[in-house]
Amino acid sequence: MSSVLHAGAQVLADPMIGFDLGALARNFWALTIDGLTYGSIYALVAVGYTLVYGVLRLINFAHSEIFMLGMFGVYGTLLLLGFTPSGNAYNEGIPMTILYLGIALIGGMIVAGGSAVGLERVAYRPLRKRGAPSLVFLITAIGASFVIQEFVHFVLPKLTNGKLGGVNAQQPIRLVEPVDVFSIFGATVTNIEIAIIVSALVLAFITDRFINATKFGRGIRAVAQDPVTATLMGVSRERVIMLTFLIGGVLAGAAALFYTLRVPSGIIYSGGFILGIKAFSAAVLGGIGNLRGALLGGLLLGVMELYGQAVFGTEWRDVVAFVLLVLVLMFRPTGILGESLGRARA
Amino acid sequence: MSSDVSTSTTAADSLHLGLGDRLRMWWDALPRHTQWLVGSPIIIFIALLPVLRLPVITTVGTDFGSVLAQFGMYALLAIGLNVVVGQTGLLDLGYVGFYAIGAYTVGLLTSPDSPWNLTDDWLSTDWAWMAVVPIAIAVTALSGLLLGSPTLRLRGDYLAIVTLGFGEIVRLLADNLTELTGGGRGLSQIAYPVAGVSEERPNGVFSAGNTTPPLNSGAFWFWLSMVLIIIVLVIVGNLERSRVGRSWVAIREDEDAAEIMGVPTFKFKLWAFVIGASIGGLSGALYAGQVQFVVPSTFNVINSMLFLCAVVLGGQGNKLGVIAGAFIIVYLPNFFLGRTQLFGIPINGDEIASYKYLFFGIALMVLMIFRPQGLFPARQKLLTYGRQVYVASRRAYLAAAALAAKTPVPATATPSGDDTKGGTR
Repeated sequence: MSSVLHAGAQVLADPMIGFDLGALARNFWALTIDGLTYGSIYALVAVGYTLVYGVLRLINFAHSEIFMLGMFGVYGTLLLLGFTPSGNAYNEGIPMTILYLGIALIGGMIVAGGSAVGLERVAYRPLRKRGAPSLVFLITAIGASFVIQEFVHFVLPKLTNGKLGGVNAQQPIRLVEPVDVFSIFGATVTNIEIAIIVSALVLAFITDRFINATKFGRGIRAVAQDPVTATLMGVSRERVIMLTFLIGGVLAGAAALFYTLRVPSGIIYSGGFILGIKAFSAAVLGGIGNLRGALLGGLLLGVMELYGQAVFGTEWRDVVAFVLLVLVLMFRPTGILGESLGRARA
Repeated sequence: MSSDVSTSTTAADSLHLGLGDRLRMWWDALPRHTQWLVGSPIIIFIALLPVLRLPVITTVGTDFGSVLAQFGMYALLAIGLNVVVGQTGLLDLGYVGFYAIGAYTVGLLTSPDSPWNLTDDWLSTDWAWMAVVPIAIAVTALSGLLLGSPTLRLRGDYLAIVTLGFGEIVRLLADNLTELTGGGRGLSQIAYPVAGVSEERPNGVFSAGNTTPPLNSGAFWFWLSMVLIIIVLVIVGNLERSRVGRSWVAIREDEDAAEIMGVPTFKFKLWAFVIGASIGGLSGALYAGQVQFVVPSTFNVINSMLFLCAVVLGGQGNKLGVIAGAFIIVYLPNFFLGRTQLFGIPINGDEIASYKYLFFGIALMVLMIFRPQGLFPARQKLLTYGRQVYVASRRAYLAAAALAAKTPVPATATPSGDDTKGGTR
């Protein structure tokens, strides 16, 4: 028996996971800023999960693929604008760059929002009409993920003469070069990071106002609280559901643009999956069904993930996110802010 | 599908029993030993498939024996996952994690690349494949226990996402913990059962080097997995008919009601998880032995979805159905591989085969809309009193139906699987 312990001790003698708190302390502010950049992307995607969950009690597993389609929408728009993949960034001057990015943003939003609504129509609506159990919805969502991924993998390159889609990631088109703008506590902030964080916050604010202060938003909240009563009060449930998917899709399209700015080489058919799971974790972290929770959860997850990466090493980044998800679900399944849009979890 | 379950037992439609129902009736009416007697020729025929090499059925692009061997592993996985998803209703999207743990246990104990073998101890001695399989099963069962005990308090969608995370964590750990698992390089030269050593097969029939068809390693692994499948089916079937199986069904149909009626739901959910996990581990051990090489990227989460596909396609809760589902999943892509024409029609088989996820995705979506119970749906029998009561009740039911058929029946009767799993929520 002693030999067993001996062998175990020998195997375990080398540290398997580096544990470097110093790296975290040294780069704290740089990590925070990068974390907020990723976090705002997660937050925007998380809104899609959280709104659909709030209204339908459904985890829209295929939302990650909507985000992925958004990335291709952004890329396709840039191609249509005449940009070609090249090693150098196009530095077109600030006004033109903002214009082009705005057009790409709209392109991504149209593609992602349209496909989200289409997904709802084709996949979920027939199931709702049949009153299917939630497991059936989830399996359908998995099927839809397959279909969308493989569509981009195989069919899209045929439709676009190999310009879009396929096995490999798209050659990056860089509109903007990351330039350090100012530094905060010794950490430099680039123009891209500022653009992403500020625009994400603006979009988040608009979404929050839309849900909380407009007639449409009131309809969404009403259906989330009590679908039957809301219908009796004259709210069209089907229209609310469509609107919910549309908002989620549009925000995923925006997130797709920001993501391609931060990670230009990330446009690939399988690129949505992991990010989708992280965005879902963010939604759960903040309290699924709760709009502000999704935003807060996204930012928190982005920052925590990068802290974890600094402490344990780059290869552990995804593990940090997954472990965080498991821990949150185990100890506080209602999330930080609680599930405010709807009833308690079944 | 739920609304018409109780109302559909109108007389007329039962007289037009489908072929499946007739077969099932006939089969269920047979005594157990006759069932074995009738079943054996079918089993023997399936076992002979890699040797017979029937035209059309035999794959062109890849070796048929290997395809069947892969089918054997997937069938085991489907049976294991069926216990968790089909019987107990716990959606496990990280099942590939258990498959990986089973394969890696075998790999770590027997591969010369394994970091565990570098120590000059009992770990370094050459383990036989057969000796490692029970260890692999035990380790996966333990991992199922470890994963299940904290997470099984979650329900439905949440459980699905947590298990998905688990599957991905297992792969990332195998990839990142290089000092413990060999990392991304993988482990090669894993042990396999050495049997039937002859001059033309110096490493035995199970070695990956045995490539001379028809009796190549694939055929032997297929036979081995068939034996294991039958053993597992008997075990799982007996469990299903026991108190454990009844509790599983109760939990699946309504967990709260089951809990109130005195079923210790957490305990039985954990049981289902552990049993499912150990079957997955067994399959992983088979995989490691057959391929003699494991690498983390094989155990991608998309495989979990594929296993789930097999279970859902075949029919959740139906043991034989999920085996058929596994066959579809494994066989269909390979069927098209390398084919340039089918029944005289020119096709590009390789391209069709590469579209497999697209087709499976569409199949899942269409199936969920029109036939959520799967291609071969499970029939919920009166579990407590067993087959006899079921058969007797069916007979009485048919007699009543025959009587009623002489009187006019309302035209609105909807045909439906009368006792399939209904959407209860």
